[in-house]
Amino acid sequence: MNNRETLLELRDLRVDFHVKGGTFTAVKDVNFSIYKGETFGLVGESGSGKTTIGRAIVRINQTTAGDILFKNQKINGKIAKDLDREVVRKIQMIFQDPMASLNERAKVDYIVSEGLVNAEGKLGEAERLEKVRKALLEVGLLPEFANRFPHEFSGGQRQRIGIARALIMEPEFIVADEPISALDVSIRAQVLNLLSNLQRNKGLTYLFIAHDLSVVRFIADRIAVINKGEIVELAETEELFAHPLHPYTKALLSAIPVPDPIAERGKVVTVYDPGCHDYSTDKPCWQEVSHGHFVLANQREGETYRKEIEA
Amino acid sequence: MNDKTPILSVKDLVVKFSLRGRILTAIRGASLDLHEGEALAIVGESGSGKSVFTKSFIGMLDQNGWVDSGHIEFEGHDIAGYKTEAEWMKIRGGKISMVFQDPMTALNPLRKVGMQIQEAVELHTGLTGKAAAKEAVEMLDRVGITNPALRANQFPHEFSGGMRQRVVIAIAMACKSRILICDEPTTALDVTIQAQILKLVKNLQQDFGFTVIYITHDLGVVANVADRVAVMYAGKIIETGTAEEVFYDPCHPYTWALLSSLPQLGVKGHDLYSISGTPPNLFNEIKGDAFAPRNPKALKIDFVHEPPEFRVSPTHTASTWLLDPRAPKLDPPAAIQALKAKYARRQA
Repeated sequence: MNNRETLLELRDLRVDFHVKGGTFTAVKDVNFSIYKGETFGLVGESGSGKTTIGRAIVRINQTTAGDILFKNQKINGKIAKDLDREVVRKIQMIFQDPMASLNERAKVDYIVSEGLVNAEGKLGEAERLEKVRKALLEVGLLPEFANRFPHEFSGGQRQRIGIARALIMEPEFIVADEPISALDVSIRAQVLNLLSNLQRNKGLTYLFIAHDLSVVRFIADRIAVINKGEIVELAETEELFAHPLHPYTKALLSAIPVPDPIAERGKVVTVYDPGCHDYSTDKPCWQEVSHGHFVLANQREGETYRKEIEA
Repeated sequence: MNDKTPILSVKDLVVKFSLRGRILTAIRGASLDLHEGEALAIVGESGSGKSVFTKSFIGMLDQNGWVDSGHIEFEGHDIAGYKTEAEWMKIRGGKISMVFQDPMTALNPLRKVGMQIQEAVELHTGLTGKAAAKEAVEMLDRVGITNPALRANQFPHEFSGGMRQRVVIAIAMACKSRILICDEPTTALDVTIQAQILKLVKNLQQDFGFTVIYITHDLGVVANVADRVAVMYAGKIIETGTAEEVFYDPCHPYTWALLSSLPQLGVKGHDLYSISGTPPNLFNEIKGDAFAPRNPKALKIDFVHEPPEFRVSPTHTASTWLLDPRAPKLDPPAAIQALKAKYARRQA
């Protein structure tokens, strides 16, 4: 695992927002690396800061402290124009709500190519149309759709348009922010399959942000669990499900609904109580308890977790 | 369960809407029995008509919608024929109440939470003034809100999403209704909060003994709460059965497809089963089985004749030609067979 190429790295990332009467820390001291070609799942509840991290990576939210490294180059804060242009092309985002993320008054043609035109001033009309056509085909839409308006499409098709808009930039890294949670059950599978096929064919890397652990388990190679702006646990997907260590992860796992009535009736939901940690003297730090399995814990908890994993 | 007379019985219900001069048939002859004290889940994708179906039980169809034919029998009356608000007011709240999806919009932002519950108490129980206010605080306590006397004096914006949904449930409880309809009660909430709310409704159901209808598209939630499941597609109930029957031995190809497309049942690295196409346009007349155009293994007859309801067991029915003795034997998809096998192993 260690010899894999790191595509994106967050180092002690911190994002503050100014609110009435002070600052609110949405993301504090977040550290993780995303390897090339993998799907990295970021899971948390609403308000946990998961979207803020995604937005910080695509340079929508300003960071307060820490570094975001893309191919070992710092891309947060003030950066050179050339680098900014490259980052805009190489890192793209897919948004949650396909009903809200498309310009209602523009045709699909314009929506899909807008970013490309902005990034590349000199683009011939014929070339632009060809690129739009290719992007639409790649996401399973007909090229004729380019002349239609967003309202003519269903939720699943609109999300495909959103994906085409990201693909046309030929990105290497895509931040997918809850890309299927606003879609219908029967459409979710279609979009999930599309995302994994694109990854296979184009060697894309995903940061997959979601609140639904069952979806993330299916798609992600590694998962980070975030609570109140802090990553509490990070491990490979099956490792996380087999040996959850942090009480918050355990609570989150216990709450996932499974489509199995007998298992559901017997299940016990644990509730996370932040008071269960005694951090008064022994401060928590981000530590690796077994190979590739990180958890936020203090010295004493870390030892307990190590024993738990060995058992 | 079957020997009891149902508390609510719907027969061949047809609901139509008029939209820009065209007629849309949202419910195309749906039948369903609801038994006293049970928890029934109605599952379907958006546009399948699950919300419209239940809204017709309390006369809350939109202005342009009407019950075209069919019967809804409740307490000896056919409430499908109710026209006036005065008639509906006897049912709505007092007998059948509803909890909506979004607790952010269900409450009046300008009135204190206690007052909003008190209003329901006064309307439906005959208590007034101080006694009603006391009952409102009692209700807040019952739905698990700590410090209820203080919280009753606060406004909805001072509550979190989960807490607001608890308040909405308290209002529904205050009416002492016999049937509680929960329309996607937890879709707007986080998973951990969702688990708490579902548990709350279950506990209240045990204490008060009412009957619950859940409307949801989340099969995980269904597995958690439902005694019985009804699957809805394009305005029809295509399969009903106990939770075990529908999850471990589904018969309709749509139920197969719905279950197989769940990421929980998928195998990593392989494509998920996905349902192609989109649900049918309900402005058009639907011929045969509504799911046939999206079903790659549809029979010829599926496109011509509508399948009747076949009885699989005393509690399990499905409307698909596959159950006809003349139909070819068709194996369900791999994910469904795996479910079946897992269940069989557990029984053994």
